[in-house]
Amino acid sequence: MPTAEEVKARIENGIPGAEAEVTSDDNVHFDARVVAAEFAGLSLVDQHRLVYGIFGDGELGGSIHALALTTEPR
Amino acid sequence: MTDQPENPLRDALADAITSNEVILFMKGTPEQPMCGFSARTCAALTATETEFAAVDVLADPRIRQELSSLSNWPTIPQLFVRGELVGGADIVGQMYESGELAAVLGAPATAGGEALPETAEPGTAPPLQIENRLG
Repeated sequence: MPTAEEVKARIENGIPGAEAEVTSDDNVHFDARVVAAEFAGLSLVDQHRLVYGIFGDGELGGSIHALALTTEPR
Repeated sequence: MTDQPENPLRDALADAITSNEVILFMKGTPEQPMCGFSARTCAALTATETEFAAVDVLADPRIRQELSSLSNWPTIPQLFVRGELVGGADIVGQMYESGELAAVLGAPATAGGEALPETAEPGTAPPLQIENRLG
């Protein structure tokens, strides 16, 4: 099971320059707030797709059962 | 994932998305959501007085798989308005709070996150509360 720290590192490594705040009570459900320059000009859907794209097929809904996501362009 | 030339389920999903102005793919039904994210998304739609079609992805595991490959979106729920993916629970919730959701839905101007007006005009949308079991 990934920890909040691991999920944070994955997001920040996956989107260069991004800052992520990730919390989790159970290492299965995660809350993430991600601020990244790369989000600028993207629709919310595409901003979320960028983050989801970091995780492997089946990982979201699998080991990461739920990732509540808030994105914001820097 | 294999791409088969014939894919009736995917065709049915694509058709449902284009032929329903507002369609929500969710876990469970609006009356009985089976997941908190789906429940929240339904609540936002209901709060904007929007009629929407709902598809229970739990009815058949292939729905979710085909839907995600069609929409390039990994999670459920997924809200489509006029054929476009609006987002999942987080985006719908955020847009509800900002008032954007009502704008996108063309719903009567209800300020986001505030108390709803006493009388709700159903607007111009036809009644479309359908239970759609695809596949």
